[in-house]
Amino acid sequence: MKVNLIQSEYEVIRDQSRCINCRLCEKQCSNGVNYYDKKLKVMLSEEWKCVNCHRCVAVCPTHALKIVKSDHCFKTNANWSKHDITNIFRQAQTGGVLLSSMGTPKEYPVYWDKMLINASQVTNPSIDPLREPMETRTFLGKKKLDIEYDENHNIITDTKPQMELSLPVMFSAMSYGSISYNAHKALATAAQELGTFYNTGEGGLHEDFYVYGENTIVQVASGRFGVHPTYLDAGKAIEIKMGQGAKPGIGGHLPGRKITKEVSKTRMIPQGSDAISPAPHHDIYSIEDLRQLVYMLKETTNYKKPIIVKIAAVHNVGAIASGIARCGADIIAIDGFRGGTGAAPLRIRDNVGIPVELALAAVDKRLREEGIRNEVSLVVGGTIRSSADVVKAIALGADAVYIATSALIALGCHLCRSCHLGKCNWGIATQIKELEDRLDPEEGAKNLVNLISAWKREIKEMMGGMGINSIEALKGNRLMLRGIGLSEKELEILGIEHAGE
Amino acid sequence: MDRIKKEGEIRIPSGCAISGIISKKGNRFSGQTAIDSIRLMHDRSNGLGGGFAGYGIYPEYKDYYAFHIFYMDTIAKNECMSFLEEHFDLINLSKIPTRKIPSITDEPMIWRYFLSPLPTKLAESQLTEEEYVVRCTINVNAHIKGAFIVSSGKNMGVFKAQGYPEDVGEFYKLEEYSGYSWTAHGRYPTNTPGWWGGAHPFSLLNYSVVHNGEISSYDANRRYIEMFGYKCNLQTDTEVITYMIDFLNRKKNIDLKTVAHILAAPFWSTIERMDETKKLEYKYLRNNYESFLVTGPFSIIVSYQNGLMALNDRLKLRSLVVGEKDDMVYMASEEEAIRVIAPELDSIYYPKGGEPYIVELETEVQ
Repeated sequence: MKVNLIQSEYEVIRDQSRCINCRLCEKQCSNGVNYYDKKLKVMLSEEWKCVNCHRCVAVCPTHALKIVKSDHCFKTNANWSKHDITNIFRQAQTGGVLLSSMGTPKEYPVYWDKMLINASQVTNPSIDPLREPMETRTFLGKKKLDIEYDENHNIITDTKPQMELSLPVMFSAMSYGSISYNAHKALATAAQELGTFYNTGEGGLHEDFYVYGENTIVQVASGRFGVHPTYLDAGKAIEIKMGQGAKPGIGGHLPGRKITKEVSKTRMIPQGSDAISPAPHHDIYSIEDLRQLVYMLKETTNYKKPIIVKIAAVHNVGAIASGIARCGADIIAIDGFRGGTGAAPLRIRDNVGIPVELALAAVDKRLREEGIRNEVSLVVGGTIRSSADVVKAIALGADAVYIATSALIALGCHLCRSCHLGKCNWGIATQIKELEDRLDPEEGAKNLVNLISAWKREIKEMMGGMGINSIEALKGNRLMLRGIGLSEKELEILGIEHAGE
Repeated sequence: MDRIKKEGEIRIPSGCAISGIISKKGNRFSGQTAIDSIRLMHDRSNGLGGGFAGYGIYPEYKDYYAFHIFYMDTIAKNECMSFLEEHFDLINLSKIPTRKIPSITDEPMIWRYFLSPLPTKLAESQLTEEEYVVRCTINVNAHIKGAFIVSSGKNMGVFKAQGYPEDVGEFYKLEEYSGYSWTAHGRYPTNTPGWWGGAHPFSLLNYSVVHNGEISSYDANRRYIEMFGYKCNLQTDTEVITYMIDFLNRKKNIDLKTVAHILAAPFWSTIERMDETKKLEYKYLRNNYESFLVTGPFSIIVSYQNGLMALNDRLKLRSLVVGEKDDMVYMASEEEAIRVIAPELDSIYYPKGGEPYIVELETEVQ
């Protein structure tokens, strides 16, 4: 007798009085949850297969469906949660490492939600962005503090390579392979229209997307997939991926089934073979090795591209960032442990790393203490969920933010955390043609442009409220933040005062 | 009741009145003129701070640094004295003469020193003479509790106190001093009582700044400038603005007009309309000096050995007007504060937001 130890977490509730047996929910579910029972002449669901992605709910023409959390439960136990128990069942049955996707769902403190923003009252005026200029243009790259003049007494305006953004928000790295062609196309076209950047991730750059080069960051990761001189030249900046917030300390694994013909060509690996990124870069075992890679990339591209070094937020991140700043990097990207991923060992995702807010505060402080904050720009991600998070990140000391999960949600992602299964019903995290076709890149790009434009308006409103009319005056302006419900130590690390002070 | 936090322990925003007068020919005139101008704007201050800066007031000691120092107690005085003796040749020292008036109370000990860096110490430090003086000043203000160096430039001095500015002028007997340029300030601090040290002008080396406004970029500016060895002890806008000017103008040798265009940078929409060369220059300045951008309302008058500069924030959210008569140039928060000392003017001008108005001496002061 087969005993089923793991019960489904969700139930598909179908209002039979509304259901017209059109079987659309069946066709649209790549997990095979819904089926038509010919004998009973009704639609039924095998709900243990359901990942709660809402695709069936969204396409049902008669609104007959909803997904609810199952009330099936274990005996109440404050120590042993349902997840603890079922995960032990899973591992006892398979002997495998637990996998999951996207950012950790666990209840760690979200410091963005524990900081409040200031506004002007009486002693200085707030500024109305509808009536006055309100500037969000941002540059990333090293800052010079000296001015040299030519013989006509004009300023010599050469700088180290810079990135110019219309607002301090960029799309973070997601590889072609982990996400679909159409998702990449949507990100690339949106970045171009918005005057910002998207990031190839570690999967190389599909030949169709070279035209978006001016708005592209090309990534070099430990697997070196798709890296060649033309690729490095194609982007506006090069990012060395040392780590990722969702899975610090480990590499990546894109299963062979996602390595289709096009992905294989772009990654420069055989079709159907697993793409395994090693945990470290095997030519970087220390900071001086990183310096060599930074300068190798600079040499290859004639010192025309800023080099970004992306690290996961971990303990001692201040000292690590200081080392990176001193090894020639132009920009440091810090990825917080709540950041998303296409696949990660669950225990690592949920337990390794630190929140990006604390990492950002520590790094910004450290670089200022060492007097080298102008030598490097700071970009933070993992997770930025709204324009308010952006404003708080900039005030805490970031030059710009990276968003990825927010962008995917704009493309239709419902955070079902099943990317690693490769069967994304929304056409995002999949290489299956018929699923991929569900994502219209033009519509996706429009949604991304809408989202970021809306955030831009909100950022301007908040800046105006503070009496700040240009984003650089918000940068590191921690007086504009107050903590709420934070301990002395947390306030000290964030470098802010408590609300009411 | 808990003690109210003193300035420097807490940031106190304030509104204000400012006034500046200069003779382009370098003719010296009495501090009384500055008192008369600032007195008219009595209602723009609230009795919690006033002050003056005079340039050309110590011709007999013009080659020495003039330190004006507040001491809260004798312990601070002794500690500061030994610091000064260790680092400088003291040429002259005395109490700054004051007159007792009922409206000015709680005065600290107020001393004046003329000094020059000890050559051996200076050589040992490997610093320029000016940088040496700056570091010593910042060191005393940051580390010797109860001692505060009010001004540290040559042939100039700052006189400030808690009170209405006209009373402060009377207290310091400013009618007895004459200089070729004067600035004056009346303060309207909010929140809590101001403090003698927190009154304006704020001064470092030969720069002094009077300021009206409340800048919204304060902490962005402060945290950036503190990277370069400055310490914002008072947490005032004027202090951080003075440090930024010192850094850009003195240390980085950037001319004052360009400094003004860094602090109150033109909008991108303005830059887009410039010719190609200028466009690139302003883009360079805005990008590389981004953290020196000052936002929020301000009008300032910057005094230095060779002149005065008036500057408004980029939106001109504070009033500021400039009048000229013969070789005299007047700058003030209100036109009336000029008319009261110079009823007939050759011209009157309201500088635009972010447009510096710079007046320099035509001849070197003897």
